[in-house]
Amino acid sequence: MSAEKFSNPVVRWIDHRLPVFSMLDHTANDYPTPKNLNYMWNFGSLAGLSLVIMIVTGIVLAMNYTAHVDHAFESVERIMRDVNHGWLIRYIHMNAASFFFIVVYIHIFRGLYYGSYKAPRELLWILGVVIFLLMMATAFMGYVLPWGQMSFWGATVITNLFSAIPFVGESIVTFLWGGFSVDNPTLNRFFSLHYLMPFLIAGVVVLHIVALHRFGSNNPIGIDAKGPQDTISFHPYYTIKDMFGVAVFLLLLAGAVFFFPNAMGHPDNYIPANPMQTPAHIVPEWYFLPFYAILRAVPDKLGGVLLMFSAILVLFILPWLDRSPIRSARFRPVFRIFFWLLFVDCIALGYLGAKPAEGIYVVLSRVTTAWYFMHFLIILPLLSVFETTKPLPKSISEPVLSARSHNTGVGQMAPAE
Amino acid sequence: MFIRSKLCLVSLVIGMLCAPSQLIAAGGADVNLEKGKWSFSGPFGFFDKAALQRGFQVYREVCAGCHGIDYLAFRNLGDLGYNAAEIKAIAAEYEVMDGPDDDGEMFMRPARPADQIPNPYRNDNEARANNNGALPPDLSLIAKARANGPDYLYSLMIGYEDAPETTEVPDGMYYNNAYPGHLIAMPQPIYGDDVEYSDGAPTTTAGIASDVTNFLMWAAEPKMEVRKRIGVAAVFFLSIFVIMSYFAKRRVWADLH
Repeated sequence: MSAEKFSNPVVRWIDHRLPVFSMLDHTANDYPTPKNLNYMWNFGSLAGLSLVIMIVTGIVLAMNYTAHVDHAFESVERIMRDVNHGWLIRYIHMNAASFFFIVVYIHIFRGLYYGSYKAPRELLWILGVVIFLLMMATAFMGYVLPWGQMSFWGATVITNLFSAIPFVGESIVTFLWGGFSVDNPTLNRFFSLHYLMPFLIAGVVVLHIVALHRFGSNNPIGIDAKGPQDTISFHPYYTIKDMFGVAVFLLLLAGAVFFFPNAMGHPDNYIPANPMQTPAHIVPEWYFLPFYAILRAVPDKLGGVLLMFSAILVLFILPWLDRSPIRSARFRPVFRIFFWLLFVDCIALGYLGAKPAEGIYVVLSRVTTAWYFMHFLIILPLLSVFETTKPLPKSISEPVLSARSHNTGVGQMAPAE
Repeated sequence: MFIRSKLCLVSLVIGMLCAPSQLIAAGGADVNLEKGKWSFSGPFGFFDKAALQRGFQVYREVCAGCHGIDYLAFRNLGDLGYNAAEIKAIAAEYEVMDGPDDDGEMFMRPARPADQIPNPYRNDNEARANNNGALPPDLSLIAKARANGPDYLYSLMIGYEDAPETTEVPDGMYYNNAYPGHLIAMPQPIYGDDVEYSDGAPTTTAGIASDVTNFLMWAAEPKMEVRKRIGVAAVFFLSIFVIMSYFAKRRVWADLH
């Protein structure tokens, strides 16, 4: 915190009164970080970048968008055709939304694999799940704004879910709609909330980072840094590594924006919303498909809704379901197998969510849904007790310095704490 | 294990990118799609201006009998290679409603380049009344509003044939092998030689269908050429950025090992 570390007198003067430079220095420069982070640790900064891209392009879009059922679709087309580079801004917003979810899903699976949710990082994990929930709500409402067929019918289907709640369900749906069907009041409030929620996300992201910096990043080995020999300063090592990740991310995003801008969307959303005509298949955006599959796997509406929300809620209590003291899957051979099974299960759920709810797809949805919950509620608690884990290395620098051959000889089981 | 998990991730990302388009393609079931070779396909795709002009002529002389193209204005026709005077002349062939004038009356006047291309009908009800109750969709976005847009539109226009004996075609419906469900309310629009091209291009059914498909793709995505042009530059620039940042990272990390 010493202000002397800044040579510029203006910076020193300001920092003495308002220690923003010390704070930045502590956050992004001097911050000691485990030296063994692999490229899976790039996705946090990429998620942050995605949020910034979404907010900046979103603000520009909002300058040209009209939130009215008679003009929304047309105003989006005017953005695409008549606003200077409006097509670019909108295609970035559309595709970066999908990329945001890709990045966040990888980030979540990273956390699952390396046990990043375990003590003392439970709150860090929970804040992450809160961000994920807020993202889903924001993305859902954003998809409604162009007021195409999928916007309208997606909004109708999803808001109707709340009618499953006993006694007050219908009233809640009327309250959400601001009327008796998805209509202009619904579009207006969705626009308002879609503009608000990214800033809530930004707020929770700040908390997420504060919680992260309390104990620092987890790492692929999952044992704590024991001292300066195990860590390196964030800058320049991880700033440059993150920059490489950003470059790859931007390259892929540019590929999608410029060459396949509509590949992740649905063609029906280029048809203006028509309350009198239901599309043949109502499908949500791809990033909701696993949850949509869980929703439809249950024959009972209320049961489906509860199970769908439980699929996310179960992540909140994950730190207490998996009681194994070993964080990283590298030292948990059985857990590792189940991790990949869960991964395949989630991909399968996504696939099934896009299929019509009939025949073999219903059966498969039920099996994969059951497996999803079994993984968290039965397998993880059992594994915590019965799994024989591999010996942990003594410190982070040990395997980094002497590679693998060394640590197989160390037959000790150090607790992860 | 490490490499394996990376591979899984890469395939996950690729799978996610490809999945929706596959899903959409799978929705069509038993329809016949002809795969056209379009000049606008691929990263260096461009619009064939002669085909666009012919396609616009087909739109005007055939499609515009029933279909509007509301998001196009006459000024947009500059993209087809027409100059300002030509656009003015094309616009002047149409009448649009303007007003109210000083007496509060609406009046008709020749269209100007800034006007939208007028719809053949005043409203959807009139459109339905003139088409057996079916609503001819607006064509501005049709090439993006259908799965595999250009291939679908082309196949649809050449897809009219006699119904197989097992299919009963109700009055006012027609059999088309590209249309989902095969029974379509639109009568066959193109028979060949429906228009006369000034540039001598073939006026076969396939030729005309191809031209109008080009035109409709442009109408749906008029910024495609500039998008792909910027895209090539952006990908080139970012590729260099990727390579440079990779070596910068290696250089910075070199002193750790």
